[in-house]
Amino acid sequence: MNRQSPSQGSAGQAGRGSNSAQTFAQKALARAAGRERVEVGEVVDVRPDVVLSHDNTAAIREIWREFGQSQVVIPEKMAITLDHAVPAPTTRHAQNHAEIRRFVQEQGIRNFFEVGRGICHQVLSEEALALPGQTILGADSHTPHFGWLGAFGAGIGRSEVAALWATGELWLRVPESIRIELDSELPKGVTAKDLALRIIGDWGADGGLYASVEFSGSGVEAMSIDSRMALANMMAEFGAKSSYISPDGKTRSYLEAALERRAAREKKAGTAEDFSLRVAESQLFPDEAAAYAATYRYSAGKLEPTVSCPHTVDNVAPLSAVAGTVVQQAFIGTCTNGRLEDIAEAAEILQGRQIAAGTRLLVVPASSMVLQEAMQRGYIQALVAAGAAIGTPGCGPCMGNHMGVPATGEVTISSANRNFRGRMGTTEAEIYLASPAVVAASAVAGRIADPRDVVQEK
Amino acid sequence: MIRGRAWKYGDNVNTDVLFPGKYTYTARGRDEIASHALEDLDPAFAANVCDGDVIVGGRNFGCGSSREQAATCLVYNGVGAVIAQSFARIFYRNAINNGLLAIVCPEAAQAIQQQEHVSIDLERRTIESASGRFEFPPLSVTVREILEAGGLVAQVKRRLASARTAS
Ligand code: SF4
Repeated sequence: MNRQSPSQGSAGQAGRGSNSAQTFAQKALARAAGRERVEVGEVVDVRPDVVLSHDNTAAIREIWREFGQSQVVIPEKMAITLDHAVPAPTTRHAQNHAEIRRFVQEQGIRNFFEVGRGICHQVLSEEALALPGQTILGADSHTPHFGWLGAFGAGIGRSEVAALWATGELWLRVPESIRIELDSELPKGVTAKDLALRIIGDWGADGGLYASVEFSGSGVEAMSIDSRMALANMMAEFGAKSSYISPDGKTRSYLEAALERRAAREKKAGTAEDFSLRVAESQLFPDEAAAYAATYRYSAGKLEPTVSCPHTVDNVAPLSAVAGTVVQQAFIGTCTNGRLEDIAEAAEILQGRQIAAGTRLLVVPASSMVLQEAMQRGYIQALVAAGAAIGTPGCGPCMGNHMGVPATGEVTISSANRNFRGRMGTTEAEIYLASPAVVAASAVAGRIADPRDVVQEK
Repeated sequence: MIRGRAWKYGDNVNTDVLFPGKYTYTARGRDEIASHALEDLDPAFAANVCDGDVIVGGRNFGCGSSREQAATCLVYNGVGAVIAQSFARIFYRNAINNGLLAIVCPEAAQAIQQQEHVSIDLERRTIESASGRFEFPPLSVTVREILEAGGLVAQVKRRLASARTAS
């Protein structure tokens, strides 16, 4: 399948901004560096507000030990989740988790999330551990996820996390910014995932290389929080350093509720007013006249369900071009599309239907909170009745560790973010990426299918 | 001076083919990490690569995961440098942080042929091979300092030590 021509995109003019106006990335990194302002291209030492790691924490600890410290210097900023291979599939994986638990205990890390709590990006979002305008650096490539709440999130390597534990500081280059505007609300059946795949298909997997991608427009304002997370998260596949969506009323109420839940659990005092003040005070917005390396405009009415074909994410095609491809496995989950909205869409399609013979459907909620809400609303019951297998909240088979790896020669349609050769464990398997609704419809049809067709057939 | 043969690959060489995700939480030792290098891209690589050899990639080299073994598996195999048209940002940082020279030079990346002898002079910023002589842009000050220190861990160790003696 060839790359689609960028029919909906149009490059804007670079450098239309005045010198004093700043992008979000400039403002966020200036704050993190303790500076008045910073310029694009400048290298600055930042002190992030949150440092994330997961199953890789034991390996990071080994690097950190080389520094000869007995205590990390930023225990309160660290957040650690066990999510990538949970529950442990082998003794070696279990050993890895055991080492992490020991480290957490020994260092007194409070923000530690056990097996079953969920995927790092989702859990930290649900816990409101990062607030708008803050900087979060994570030993995970999908850290641009935190753009959904207007935070600066960027992925880094293991040695860099070790260095942060030891010093609290790391250098970052202030990135150029790209602006992407969505003119109006997405039509029914078209999701944030389809928009993300379209953007990546139009401009390539390196189309946003090194850049901070800022989204705007009424189409983004109309999106639910779950959809915004999917969009921001997918920018990792665009090569972006970070992403940004302006915080609004929806963002603030999500975060305020999260802070309230956390305060109640930790038996800390705090009023709704305190929470809303904390969220409101930290938010940052780009200046109107800020300079962008490029501006791409998308018109919602022209978007359609989109599928990414093997073996690169930018190898996209309209759903209609690949419909009919036989699939053996369908997977709904991951930090991109394992949220309540995603499971709701799947449940709506699968309600009263059965998964096709010869096809299996795995559903792995992104977090325990998603799982609980999906149970309360009857979604999980509908999925199980249709024949789906439900997995422990976490990354599931996304990166080929366990819990649903394909056999050689099999085809998987997945709501994940990557379809690289070998990603799910074997190079002899094909992975198609799509929205959860398309994955659910494909599970019913046994071949890649349009949800609108499956629903009509009833 | 870095001297070796070229191992040439295409665009968007991702971290899953450089170092498969299924080993990322269990493979810890140098030899074990080295043995899985490029397993899903070029199964002949790990057994045949020699000290000083150079990886030549296209655009967006190292895209995908943040896994540092995508860079360390090359270092542990003695790879001297990676030349590419462009690098994914986390891979680039991981390479530099582990003392692996990552050079952005689109002309060289395109021209150099598989298994060609390549020599790189970091001082003069030149790459030479049968396909030609190429110049590459200066490394940023930050990157040069990390490379000169012998990687990020060594640099941080030094900083911590001098902070200790100062206080
Ligand atoms: S769900 Fe997949 S992409 Fe997301 S953090 Fe887990 S392994 Fe990475």
